Amino acid sequence: MMKGKVKKWASDYGLFLLVILALLSIWEWVVEKGFIPSFILPSPTAIWKSLVENEQILLQVHLPATLEEVLIGFFLSIIGGVFLGVAMHFSRILEKILYPFLVISQTIPLIAISPIFIMWFGYSIWSKIAVTILTAFFPIVVSTYDGLKAGGNEYQELLLTMGANRFHIFKKVQIPMALPNFLSGLKMSVVYCVVGATIGEWLGASEGLGYFSRRMSGNLQADAVFAAIFLLSLLGIVLFLIISLLEKLLLKNKLR
Amino acid sequence: MIGLFDSSILGIENLSYVFPGEEKEKSIFQHVSLDVKPGEFVSIIGSSGSGKSTLFRLIAGLLEPTSGQIWINGQLSDKRLGKVGYMPQKDLLLPWRTVIDNVSLPLELTKENKKQKLTEIKEWLSRFGLSGYENAYPHELSGGMKQRVAFLRTMMTGKELLLLDEPFGALDSLTKRNMHSWLLELWGELQKTVLFITHDLEEAILLSDRIYLLPGRNKPFIQEVNVDLPRPRNSELIYQSEFIGMRKELEWLIRDER
Ligand SMILES: Nc1ncnc2c1ncn2[C@@H]1O[C@H](COP(=O)(O)OP(=O)(O)OP(=O)(O)O)[C@@H](O)[C@H]1O
Ligand SMILES: [Mg+2]
Repeated sequence: MMKGKVKKWASDYGLFLLVILALLSIWEWVVEKGFIPSFILPSPTAIWKSLVENEQILLQVHLPATLEEVLIGFFLSIIGGVFLGVAMHFSRILEKILYPFLVISQTIPLIAISPIFIMWFGYSIWSKIAVTILTAFFPIVVSTYDGLKAGGNEYQELLLTMGANRFHIFKKVQIPMALPNFLSGLKMSVVYCVVGATIGEWLGASEGLGYFSRRMSGNLQADAVFAAIFLLSLLGIVLFLIISLLEKLLLKNKLR
Repeated sequence: MIGLFDSSILGIENLSYVFPGEEKEKSIFQHVSLDVKPGEFVSIIGSSGSGKSTLFRLIAGLLEPTSGQIWINGQLSDKRLGKVGYMPQKDLLLPWRTVIDNVSLPLELTKENKKQKLTEIKEWLSRFGLSGYENAYPHELSGGMKQRVAFLRTMMTGKELLLLDEPFGALDSLTKRNMHSWLLELWGELQKTVLFITHDLEEAILLSDRIYLLPGRNKPFIQEVNVDLPRPRNSELIYQSEFIGMRKELEWLIRDER
């Protein structure tokens, strides 16, 4: 039983780990031999060392700060995104008005609009959250909206012949059918949240991993910059995995 | 006109249906009339594409007739949705619901108390040969079981008239035979009225009190055949001479039709 699990795990991720290991070794070797100067690309061991050196401040100040922005932004994106997606599903007029705005909101260069958020919200956490929401709510709106549109017409007709009203159909057919699509949207969105929070911090903050990496790059401490980047991507991966797990639990019996 | 179908549970008068199309409209059938009395088991036979499923969708209220009238329980019905039990050609079991949750779906739509009915549902499940599968998901069931779940769900609508669109059409002949025996055995206590679509003549004769042949190419009108075989029946009936005689007659009518 246990052995089988290990085997499956090895066959699923073994190759990936091997490649990572190989890449890290090459990287280490290239920097070690001085082909690339370490202030441009620090070696993996240097990054690790910097991570350990800054452990306290990274894990106790900056990571929690970023995490807070991500979680609040994600939470608000879900509420707003689901609300907009459902509203657009029910009202053709709203759909026609909102859809173009949604698309436009995604074509605005974030870097350009973020100073405006700083202007509005100052250096408080809300300017960062605003950037996070701007990046993260789009996949949620679209996946909610598309998910609710996702077919199921035959089921809907069947319920109609049983005397169902629109609300019944929404609750008993459309929501369950939208769930897979919606959860894919959530997975994308949570990763975007990390990106959004980082950009927000870059533009003006006093804490957070994005702020830290920017300050360190100002000091030309490449290893510390990379340490922050490492933590950021780790954060993204962990959040992604949490939503994947949720997806697995919710869709256990819905896959067919 | 009033009173025409007083004693019928379903009356259809001069029904025509044309699929509205952008370029050319498509006439499916014209001037179809039929009626079904309470407690009857009536089959509808017609070649593929003759509009059997369309007829059911009209009766169920998913489509509106181009011309003609549909009477349910002696009343001319405009709003027919929710008035009859409709079992579509595909089983359409909700894949994310267990057997018992699929079966109790109709109860959730009306204001009936699901909990109160649970013992009744459980009893029906066992009578439908589904006990032990209450909490199974549709993809874990065989084709015959899925059909029975869908049938039971249709029954749970509590409507007297059930429209069954080729419920056994996708089953192998052995499973089908078993379903026939099971249904004939059950028929006495069901106390329902059934309108039943099939391709299978044997099935139609075995199960029905009457059979309608939908209009075909050469005979542009609907034909009606009475099946005067005594009830209760069992599936052994198909070997008796009366049955074979009926079958010959029906085949002759259909061949003539083509
Ligand atoms: N939505 C639609 N638009 C246009 N034509 C349609 C539509 N649905 C069905 N038809 C046509 O109507 C005709 C009758 O279809 P229907 O499904 O009622 O046939 P059927 O008798 O049930 O056939 P089968 O025995 O194969 O189930 C077919 O020729 C079909 O192509
Ligand atoms: Mg059909």
